[in-house]
Amino acid sequence: MFSWDLLANALVAGVLLGGFYAAVSLGVSLIFGLLDIANIAQPAFVILGSYTAYVLNNAYGVDAILTGILLTPVFFVVGAIVYRVYYGSFERRGDESLRGLVFFFGILFIVEVCLSLKFGVDYRLVQAPYIGKSLDLGGGVGVAYRLLVPCLVGVAMTAVLYLFLGRSFYGRAIMAVSQDGVALRLMGADPIHIKTIAFGIGIAAASLAGALLVTIAPVVPSTDRDYIGRMFAITVLGGMGSILGTLVAAIVLGIVESLMATFFGPSWSLAVSFGILLVVLAVRPAGLFGR
Amino acid sequence: MKQLRPWPMTWIVVAVVVAVTSVGVWSGARAADPIKIGFGMALTGGLSANGKPALLAVQIWKDDINKKGGLLGRPVELVFYDDQTNPATVPGIYTKLLDVDKVDLIISGYGTNLIAPLLPIAMERKLTLMGMFGLANNEKYQYPNYFQIQPAGPDPQISTAIGFFELAAKQNPKPQTVAIVGADAEYPQNALVGARELIKRFGFKSVYDKTYPPSTVDYTPIVRAIKATNPDIVFVASYPPDSVGMLRAAHEVGLQPKIFGGGMVGLMFTTVMTSMGSLLNGVVNYDFWAPEPTLLAVPGVKEFLKEYQARAEKAGVDPLGYYLPPYSYALVQVLGQAVEATKGLDQQKIADYIRATEFNTIVGKVKFGKNGEWAKGRTLMVQYQKISGNSVDQFRGPGKKVVLYPDEFKSGSIIYPYAAALK
Amino acid sequence: MTAMARTLAVGVAVIAVGVLVAYARVNPYLYFAGYVILQYVVIATAWNILGGYAGYVNFGTPAFFALGAYTAVCLILTVRAPLPVLIVAGGLVSALLGLGIGYLTLRLRGVFFSIATLALAVVLQTVIINWEFVGGSRGLSVIRPAGPPFGSYVTFLFTVMLALAVVAVITARFIERSWIGRGLAALRDDEDAAECMGVPTLRLKLFATTVSGFLLGVAGAPFPYYVTFVEPNSAFALDYAVNALAMPMIGGTTSWIGPVLGAVLLGSAQQLATVTISSEMNLFIVGVVLVAFVVLAPEGILGLTRRLRRR
Repeated sequence: MFSWDLLANALVAGVLLGGFYAAVSLGVSLIFGLLDIANIAQPAFVILGSYTAYVLNNAYGVDAILTGILLTPVFFVVGAIVYRVYYGSFERRGDESLRGLVFFFGILFIVEVCLSLKFGVDYRLVQAPYIGKSLDLGGGVGVAYRLLVPCLVGVAMTAVLYLFLGRSFYGRAIMAVSQDGVALRLMGADPIHIKTIAFGIGIAAASLAGALLVTIAPVVPSTDRDYIGRMFAITVLGGMGSILGTLVAAIVLGIVESLMATFFGPSWSLAVSFGILLVVLAVRPAGLFGR
Repeated sequence: MKQLRPWPMTWIVVAVVVAVTSVGVWSGARAADPIKIGFGMALTGGLSANGKPALLAVQIWKDDINKKGGLLGRPVELVFYDDQTNPATVPGIYTKLLDVDKVDLIISGYGTNLIAPLLPIAMERKLTLMGMFGLANNEKYQYPNYFQIQPAGPDPQISTAIGFFELAAKQNPKPQTVAIVGADAEYPQNALVGARELIKRFGFKSVYDKTYPPSTVDYTPIVRAIKATNPDIVFVASYPPDSVGMLRAAHEVGLQPKIFGGGMVGLMFTTVMTSMGSLLNGVVNYDFWAPEPTLLAVPGVKEFLKEYQARAEKAGVDPLGYYLPPYSYALVQVLGQAVEATKGLDQQKIADYIRATEFNTIVGKVKFGKNGEWAKGRTLMVQYQKISGNSVDQFRGPGKKVVLYPDEFKSGSIIYPYAAALK
Repeated sequence: MTAMARTLAVGVAVIAVGVLVAYARVNPYLYFAGYVILQYVVIATAWNILGGYAGYVNFGTPAFFALGAYTAVCLILTVRAPLPVLIVAGGLVSALLGLGIGYLTLRLRGVFFSIATLALAVVLQTVIINWEFVGGSRGLSVIRPAGPPFGSYVTFLFTVMLALAVVAVITARFIERSWIGRGLAALRDDEDAAECMGVPTLRLKLFATTVSGFLLGVAGAPFPYYVTFVEPNSAFALDYAVNALAMPMIGGTTSWIGPVLGAVLLGSAQQLATVTISSEMNLFIVGVVLVAFVVLAPEGILGLTRRLRRR
């Protein structure tokens, strides 16, 4: 059942979804793509961000996304602390990979359980005046604000991060430390300090993505598990260390899911997305924009 | 390379085996006076949103029965473990319950997937098994001593959708085209199988029939594809996050069939009802219980709900309990009445009694039929009407979730078509 | 007596003890809990062959395990094959999967292999969900064969899983002490240097993924008869992925004893917690144990004992 405005709507929906996926994956792109830390607990911080946004929205009626933005400094500090623990326990001793992974799995479970104990197992949603309303773009194409706003925030996050990494001192230091930590030290900067900042930014990004998530869909503490695969897939597909690549990969995945759902039936959309990832890994492992 | 000696490891293994068995011995050697009812329950995992309220309901029954002197003059004790919504834990849990904790009676955990691995165990040990909300578990085994408290009736797969399609078929002019969609998960898939059969039975035409993975984030493309087929009837079989997603997308895209809803789990959860508010208006959905006069009139249910609502917040469960809890209470009511009537704990006598008797419970009269299902199906069809704002109090009493089907519990009329309820 | 013969003798002795325990018909709960723990011994040992010896972290353990289980389901539904056939078939299919995914990604850095295994698990789960023949998302009930030895089928499965655990451990021990193991250790420490020294790294890696896959499939094949109801969510559960990582790490990844220790300890702890604490706290405890071990005893119990002995 094909029609042009169905196609147009599917493409637009895919882009919107992609913007949101980009927001969710930015943290991983920074932490895993640039710093090479396999932070499998990233989705837990996303869901933590969702719940903080929910609490404030429920108690004071503050818009969830606004809350997310305002609370990023708090999560930055949380991220910095987590990194310091990680560094002290693993990186310093030089055997990161497996131990770090298990460490983060432990953190993932602990965060999930704490949220379960505090909030129970009921689904949580947020209120916002724009949820349930649509914007008519003309030509038979409409977008829901509930997806448009998170997408715009996601794209903005990508742009901000991209500019930060390219133009600012700390940003360039982060790029430098991902390429050659020793050289950086020889140039007078402290790579640990830089990595702490990078990790903090990654967690802050995760928490904001969480606020976007709870605006789009209801959450329970175990919702994070749906995103583990997506985050890492998008980061690898886009190319490790490329922020722009993450955005492009996210949008590609969003469009694939959307087109599958519209024309072929959604049951295979996840398999197709991850299948594309496997193909890309086999053919061009550096990803779309990889270094 | 250093030779690692296996002996320290052997001692550790021995120590662990001793620990595991001693747990068994220790917890088994307790006083033999109380009557122990054992079960696993989904306290964590995907079904915990229903498992935890079910547990609370069973605990309230235990307290009620103990206040009246217990069963057969002995106090009732519950022994339960978290099955984590994982069928793989069920064999181990029930073996511990039966062989270590030495429980006298068992009931099932919540959900088709958690009852499935339990049936063979009950059959092997010739136990009476009360099932708590599972669809068609006994169809393959046809075990005579299994009884299901879900009011699905003799044909479980159509039980969710039958009221929905009957209501649609009754409308004048009769709607023609149907779109069905559902999640790739146990209950929605069963509901869709039933829907397909009913579409044929009522002579509707199917114009859309697809499923989606439960982790879908955006339902807009799916809803748009459905809208493009211009259906008169839209039947959705979904779990809570997708129910919310589909309904929101339907509003955003402007999907307005003549009748919308069907098997959307989660819309009746209090947190969802209060968040969605007026977005629910007009949806015709399955349900098991509603605070309507026809159901509130059943003796005992008001007292139960009062007690449940008093304890709900502390237990971290749905605050109103207007869905499954009354049935979970009814399940143990049936078991308890059977034990009292047969004056003992003989599994076969209990099963024979349950099979032959019509029980009075807080959800009304309960009679079991073929394969342990209800002799007559009674899944409700409700319609959300006149909801405004997000306060929870509007949902406490009648009027917002009107029962349309079956006739014996009908408490209001359908607002048809769907668009009329949105005004 | 050669080392190999001695190992085999010990293995046979362990199986004999298991059979005696089965005959003894002690509390049935022991067999159920024991089955799960032994299953994890196989899983942890299998994972460690690739993860510990070669250094390639497999994130998609559930895919191999579930493939073994569903291969068994297919054979049960079509030809009602006997258990040994199910086990071998499940192992072979998962081995093929291991070979395939290895060939696809092992020419790349380790991290890409990990991501590929993650993607594989998702793709495979979607395939199973959409495959009505094996039950799809609704799951499938499996009826156990009649007339089992030792009177109860699960008791029989307990001895079978014990035998499989012995096979897995002997395989791991053999690999560890052979030139294959030395080659894997070399490429774990520095793959480029190993290449330069003539170690056939790709072939060794493929060997490791295939054997690891085989053993994981073998662990999954009896699962349908144990649980009698197979559905994708629990067959592909995250628990298998995490435990496969955590158990070798807790025990120690450098030797065959590590995964066994880790599986017995963590597995028993989890079984105990299921029937004692039994709530969200289970998961909390797993999380705390993981973090504690990883921070305080990064080389696992083996590392601790080694350090203690050095003093």
